[in-house]
Amino acid sequence: MQLMSGNEAIAQGAWEAGARIGVAYPGTPSTETLECFAKKEGVYAEWCVNEKVAVEVGLGASAAGARVLSTMKHVGVNVAADPLFTAAYTGVGGGFVILAADDPGMYSSQNEQDSHYYAQAAHVPMLDPADSSEALSFTRDAYELSEKFDLPVMIRSSVRISHTKTMVEPRERKEVDLVPYEKSPAKWVMMPAFSKPRRKDQLKRIDELREWVETCPYNTVIKNKKDLGVICAGAVFQHVIEALPEASVFKLGVTWPLPKQALTTFAESVDTLVVIEEASEYLHDAVCALGIHVDELPNPLPRDGELSPGLIKQAFGAQVPAHHDAPTDIPNRPPALCPGCPHRVVYKELSRIKAIVTGDIGCYTLGALPPLSCVDTCVDMGASVSMAHGMELALAGTEHRPVVGVIGDSTFAHSGLSSLISTVYNQGSGTICILDNRTTAMTGRQGNAFNGETLQKRPSRELDLEGVIRALGVEDVSTIDPYDVKAVRGALKAATTSDTLSVLIFRRPCVLLERHFEAPLTVNGNCIACGACTAIGCPALEKAADGPAKINPTLCIGCGQCQQYCPTGAIEKTTNA
Amino acid sequence: MNATTILLAGVGGQGTILAADLLAHAASAAGLDVKVSEIHGMAQRGGSVSTVVRFGDAVESMVTDLGSADCIVSFETTEALRNLPYLKEGGFLLVNDETIKPLTVLTGKAGMPAHVHERLADLGALVIPATQLAIDAGNAKASNVVLLGALSNKLSFPVEAWTETIKKRVPPKTIDCNLTAFDSGRAYAS
Repeated sequence: MQLMSGNEAIAQGAWEAGARIGVAYPGTPSTETLECFAKKEGVYAEWCVNEKVAVEVGLGASAAGARVLSTMKHVGVNVAADPLFTAAYTGVGGGFVILAADDPGMYSSQNEQDSHYYAQAAHVPMLDPADSSEALSFTRDAYELSEKFDLPVMIRSSVRISHTKTMVEPRERKEVDLVPYEKSPAKWVMMPAFSKPRRKDQLKRIDELREWVETCPYNTVIKNKKDLGVICAGAVFQHVIEALPEASVFKLGVTWPLPKQALTTFAESVDTLVVIEEASEYLHDAVCALGIHVDELPNPLPRDGELSPGLIKQAFGAQVPAHHDAPTDIPNRPPALCPGCPHRVVYKELSRIKAIVTGDIGCYTLGALPPLSCVDTCVDMGASVSMAHGMELALAGTEHRPVVGVIGDSTFAHSGLSSLISTVYNQGSGTICILDNRTTAMTGRQGNAFNGETLQKRPSRELDLEGVIRALGVEDVSTIDPYDVKAVRGALKAATTSDTLSVLIFRRPCVLLERHFEAPLTVNGNCIACGACTAIGCPALEKAADGPAKINPTLCIGCGQCQQYCPTGAIEKTTNA
Repeated sequence: MNATTILLAGVGGQGTILAADLLAHAASAAGLDVKVSEIHGMAQRGGSVSTVVRFGDAVESMVTDLGSADCIVSFETTEALRNLPYLKEGGFLLVNDETIKPLTVLTGKAGMPAHVHERLADLGALVIPATQLAIDAGNAKASNVVLLGALSNKLSFPVEAWTETIKKRVPPKTIDCNLTAFDSGRAYAS
């Protein structure tokens, strides 16, 4: 037995099942799954530029007969939805398992959408592990199911499954031969002439699945007192059995399709039947749609965010246990850009020119928080570029603040590139800043197409970012060192006052990437306590209300950004590294 | 329902995740079921972080609730106060005597809470100079293991469960330093 996170367990399950190919784009809380899979014997794994590409590469590998693992966060499934829905028509060659890792509570995401709806909408079976042990065994078994029913199989996780370590019993790997590829247009060419009969075939496979799910080993009934029955799945199951130890529980291990007969029998065996789930009404509505009467909870549960045993107990009338009130004088501690972060000056300068900044997904979204407070929008991967174009369209012919899209290198490769093509094609104007920190920083510094690092350290090539953008037809492309305040200011001024589309590439590696730090800076007697340095929001800088600035030598990496904002030359280098 | 709940709180980058890993493996070495729930991602960038470790004969939920944690181990004084509502009545509050100002304070937009040490003393907290004890043991980064040493007095794991876990799970070059750090935390709190 050993402790494993849900993500490690899913990787282990795929490996034990003989999966030989892994594909993904990183995204919290799914990222470690493919990183862990990539380190195992006898597998090939790669970061793809986005989740749609990952699922297509995965489907190709599956068609050619390999067992494949593809992993993504919940919003990644939106990007992958196009191939996913039609993969449920084609079916698979080798078993194809797709992890969708949800983030109820939004610890690191822009929304808390529920991936169950995708399984239901795409008609893809979904397994819902409730701990790492199930994450391992469900994933391992999912390959057999995928091949048996000729369908991709989704594993649904959440942050409390993916990032919770529980005990598992790993096994040896079972080597599996490639399923021989045979040309079959009726299965693989989804044009109307073939997709119409294939749709009928899909319905047949779904019927078989519905029959199988009634007695499959993944749904379990815990028979306790008959006055209360609870239907639940995943991490919520653990909260339910802790909060309601006397209740009977129908634990769904398969959350699509639902076992109509088994659930009806369970409903008939209890006096009161409730569904408990978090951040969604998927299960409730799906159970009701089977014609099963679901009772209301004595007190409603929160409709958003995560559940906990305490919240469930309170829904049944329990009081909140005695506890200290939250002190009211504790300052917030939101995450912040690191000391020396190369994004900081760009935001400071965008604030100076009062730009409308359409932001994107990555560390640089933190530029929305004080004191920079610079980012106006953040919606989805690539939206900075396309929303900037939309804003320019709406504001055309009016006096308006400059519109600037800000996107990272990895996010640009993921979805920004297609947005930029559309802007160029439609003769859009405005300014796009690509904050090229040479990595996919927020998810833990993964490689991407523009830094040329691959997941398994295989040789690759670094794509020429400037060359790609020029090739699209953008004439005004420049590359700037974001540590150089004057250069950043000058480039932004030129770009935002011209009528043409400009792309500014601010290139400097993430400080966490190379960890090459200079000696810390210090404040000398020239400080006039003006606050110009602390206004850039560096965690290494501090200033009391009316006192001089101070630099924390253990945090300062000597990047020199603050030095350039000091009007009196009060910040200087030290020699003690 | 007999699970013990420990909430480890701190600031992103302080080593709460490694401490949780050691605590969980020590619990496992002591023959207990265990669950560790971490939060990764955006919170790591210098924000407030917390990790929940639960252990016992059988552990169900992996999260904790208001008034439900048997112990809070805070790596930082302000975070101890922030997480206070999670502490069970009569629970144990163990705090590293280190204060890290958040960006909101550094930029003058918010103030630090007043009388933190007095408030922690009134709450019966054990405030321990873990960073200094770790420096004395040879590495400031071992402050998380000093805290585990102090916590170990309150838990029933055999001491070998701790020392064997430390030997197995810290980088080989740091084993001696971490064992010294553990002993010094244990001695300080005994």
